[in-house]
Amino acid sequence: MSEHIVSPKIYFAIFAALMAGTGITIWAAFQNFGKFNIVIALAIATIKATLVVLYFMHARYSPKRTQLVIVCSVFWLAIMLALTLADYDTRPHEGRLASANTYASSFGGYCSG
Amino acid sequence: MHRTGELYGHFETLEQQKESAAFGMWIFLVTEVLFFGGLFLTYTINRHAFGTAFGAGSNTLDIKLGGFNTVVLIMSSLTMAMAVWCAQVGKKQLVSIFLIATLGLGTVFLGVKVIEYKQKFDHHLIPGQGFDMRYRSEHPTPADDPKEIAIEKEELEKTFAVDPDTNAHGQLYFSLYFGMTGLHALHMIVGAGLLLWLIKESFAGRFTPQYHTPVEIVGLYWHFVDIVWIYLFPLLYLIDRHR
Repeated sequence: MSEHIVSPKIYFAIFAALMAGTGITIWAAFQNFGKFNIVIALAIATIKATLVVLYFMHARYSPKRTQLVIVCSVFWLAIMLALTLADYDTRPHEGRLASANTYASSFGGYCSG
Repeated sequence: MHRTGELYGHFETLEQQKESAAFGMWIFLVTEVLFFGGLFLTYTINRHAFGTAFGAGSNTLDIKLGGFNTVVLIMSSLTMAMAVWCAQVGKKQLVSIFLIATLGLGTVFLGVKVIEYKQKFDHHLIPGQGFDMRYRSEHPTPADDPKEIAIEKEELEKTFAVDPDTNAHGQLYFSLYFGMTGLHALHMIVGAGLLLWLIKESFAGRFTPQYHTPVEIVGLYWHFVDIVWIYLFPLLYLIDRHR
């Protein structure tokens, strides 16, 4: 048997990194980075998620086959996000998904403010 | 009958048998990635179109409760990882203890979520009839800080000036908020059920260094649910705090 046992030291180090990441995200959210607030938030979240996958979920020590599945999931997700967003971005809708009236009437008008 | 980790006929080695089980779980998690991915995509498109109302909706969420829950969930991932380690090295009693800790932290998370949902009901922020983003600032309770209410009122005035349909678009935000956190919570409830089963099995001393596949696989699931929250927290709670 060649099961790789990750030592608790690594688990606690990853835990500390995740806590630090959470702190930085909250701090960064209150700073004004303009357009980059969302980029920073998603970058930190992605780093945190990667740490969880690699160490807590043992992906780093898993067989290549499993690692391939993980990469594929990210790839498919990227296809879904990229193609759908490209579609929305390139259709003329004057910056809105529907006119305000469409929404107000579809909700029966009681929420028009 | 319960499984004890003996080798089944269709596998060559125990290692292959174990890896296949984990592999199956990963395949399931891929479908979950795309499932939640669709929701995140819907959120992104709507947030892009109705950013003002989404920002106002996001700012009604309680960042302290959300942050606390993030810490709780990451801690539960740590205890889950430790439960796997204890099973791998044969510390049978500690497996139970760490599993119970994970279940406890998961329950705390769900309890905080209940408090948050209750607040939204009280503030008329449930999509549907009676939804009103201005309800809270117009009907403050004695427990509310007058300064905070004044700031909220001012912010909402600006929001409604930019987007007169804030109440319609705010409902989209809260539909997504309840849909996404609700599905996440449902995954937590399923995970809690799995943990109960693991705890029962661990009391019977069933998890040994030779056989602990259930702990490992439920661990994968639990960590995945943690990852979903890692993305939900900044996207739902933190998108418009910087003004």
